[in-house]
Amino acid sequence: MSGKVIIDMQHINKNFYIGTPNELHIIKDMSLTVTEGAFVSIVGASGSGKSTLMNMVGVLDRPTSGDYILDGIPIAKMSDNDMSDVRNRKIGFVFQTYNLIPRSSALKNVELPMLYAGMDRKTRTKRAKELLDMVGMKDRMHHQPNELSGGQKQRVAIARALANDPAMILADEPTGALDSATGRMVMDLLHKVHKEGGKTIVLITHNRDLAAETERIVTIKDGMIVSDVSNKPQSEEKVEASCS
Amino acid sequence: MFLKENILLAIAGLKSNKIRALLTMLGIIIGIGSVIAIVTIGNALTSSVSDTFSSMGANNILVNVTEREADPYRGSSGKMDDEDLISMEQLERFQARYADEIGAIAISIGSGSGKVKDGRRYANINIEGVNEGSKDINNIKMQKGRFLNAKDVSASRKAAVVSDKLVHNIFKDKTDPLGKEINIYKDDGVDSYTIVGVYKYEQNAFQGGGQTTSDQDLSTTMYIPVTVAQQTAENQNFQYFMVKSKPSVDTAVFAGTVQKYFDGLYANNEKYTCQIQNMESYLAEATSTLNTISVAVAAIAAIALLVGGIGVMNIMLVSVTERTREIGTRKALGARSIYIKMQFIVESIIICVIGGIIGVLFGIGLAAVGVNLLHATLKISIPIIIISVGFSMCIGVFFGYYPASKAAKLDPIEALRYE
Ligand SMILES: Nc1ncnc2c1ncn2[C@@H]1O[C@H](COP(=O)(O)OP(=O)(O)OP(=O)(O)O)[C@@H](O)[C@H]1O
Ligand SMILES: [Mg+2]
Repeated sequence: MSGKVIIDMQHINKNFYIGTPNELHIIKDMSLTVTEGAFVSIVGASGSGKSTLMNMVGVLDRPTSGDYILDGIPIAKMSDNDMSDVRNRKIGFVFQTYNLIPRSSALKNVELPMLYAGMDRKTRTKRAKELLDMVGMKDRMHHQPNELSGGQKQRVAIARALANDPAMILADEPTGALDSATGRMVMDLLHKVHKEGGKTIVLITHNRDLAAETERIVTIKDGMIVSDVSNKPQSEEKVEASCS
Repeated sequence: MFLKENILLAIAGLKSNKIRALLTMLGIIIGIGSVIAIVTIGNALTSSVSDTFSSMGANNILVNVTEREADPYRGSSGKMDDEDLISMEQLERFQARYADEIGAIAISIGSGSGKVKDGRRYANINIEGVNEGSKDINNIKMQKGRFLNAKDVSASRKAAVVSDKLVHNIFKDKTDPLGKEINIYKDDGVDSYTIVGVYKYEQNAFQGGGQTTSDQDLSTTMYIPVTVAQQTAENQNFQYFMVKSKPSVDTAVFAGTVQKYFDGLYANNEKYTCQIQNMESYLAEATSTLNTISVAVAAIAAIALLVGGIGVMNIMLVSVTERTREIGTRKALGARSIYIKMQFIVESIIICVIGGIIGVLFGIGLAAVGVNLLHATLKISIPIIIISVGFSMCIGVFFGYYPASKAAKLDPIEALRYE
């Protein structure tokens, strides 16, 4: 367990209030640390709290209690604007439903996080083209989302997630809406981003086979971590790579 | 904040749903269009009215015999008799009494209409008996020869001053019309006059009556000595006449003096009195009528703009709801709330400004038609256009603010989950 800690969550709780008497305790005293360059999968039954956890990891939501330090930045008492900026610079989201901006070309979609980061036009267009080239979508960069297949959309989304060179990629069921062949391709792309880009990746999935490809599998049940195992052979390699 | 991107985004959004965009803009288009139309027509009319009046002369006074308050028991009056009207002698006495103030007096007696014929050529005319003072007071511009003079009047000469249009129709511009005899065909017979002068025909907003007639059928005025007109007229005396005060005289004050003088003359006349008007008062009246119309139209336009603005707000609220996921995604990618707010305000401004520009074009088109019907000249006021477009922009900000704030306040997680 060498290397810089990217995600440092200690005793996180998350409650939802739906009307006064009903309080839902969804995440229960959860602690989780992820080091730089890791490829972690989070598995668990539906409703176990995976997405809720991911929203907090992704700085979209604040925990009800507990401490979260992301890449050295304490998140708990941040303002909304600061949370936006942290998401913009530190996190790349990949959604199950792609969530590309409609009526904006693949290129514009990849440029968007860089636009919000205040990068000038030339630099961001250049970088967006490189990223689209990396995911194999350069020839489709002027196409709009409704002109792309599901797998193509997800590749554009991965390029977009990498735009601001974030500390980690958060992927919530990235292959959930794709057939197995296309899902395979997207998964290979995530492996490429991990190996060649050295990115930290947190993958949420139902699919045990996909989880088995990752270095570490965290299993959640009823808002608690019930198992946390490393997939030795791959992880050994990886830790070395991230240290160099 | 990302102004260019937001504008391009808004335009792309509008393009993707053109009918909806147009319907949204309709209120703005109608509102701005009617403001532009009325202001442009109003300006054209005001300038044409003041042109007309100032060509008549600001120091002219109209003296007009009118009925006193209509008597409900006797009903409407019968015909005016000569004794109710102003006689030549009274006029001469009036002129002598105020010799220091009066520059000229114009009298006229209508002598019906007719046709000038020469072989197959013809021209329509209205015949008006006038005196030498009419040239200045009615601002008649001579082209050839001379206007009727005092001798023509006192000697009752059969002299005529005709329009250039008539000359064109009868002489085809080939022969010199001066000194030529023309035959006038009226219902009651034929008469012949000698042309002593030609004046330049000018149409104004009050003649013409909005009808566009061909030059051939156009009816122009032929001036003959008033004394000649009197020979066939029912009344020898005058129902009205015009006085031009000397340049050094204050016309408004003199109009009061004239009113008193004629009030004295008509003191014993139960049925009739004299009304004095000067052109300044006419002009003020005409301008205030126009202003009233403008205020009414402005009120209607304001309502249209309000309704249009609410329409824009409504469609923006729909747009925010439709794009909830997009907003969630943008926030996840790091957009601050203010960026989202700006994006929607810019979109609302773009809708309103495009609506405003279409409205301006539509209004100018409408004004061009209206101005054409009124025979005035179209003058496009650049400041009004700038103000209109600027105002549309304000409507965009005002009615876009609430939907934009709503979008900005969306919780990213809920927005991302929205289906
Ligand atoms: N905003 C909310 N208000 C109330 N309850 C919520 C809210 N968000 C999530 N929950 C509840 O929290 C629990 C966990 O939800 P979560 O979306 O994290 O599950 P998940 O593990 O991602 O499931 P899945 O695999 O189906 O996506 C569920 O029971 C859900 O009903
Ligand atoms: Mg989930």
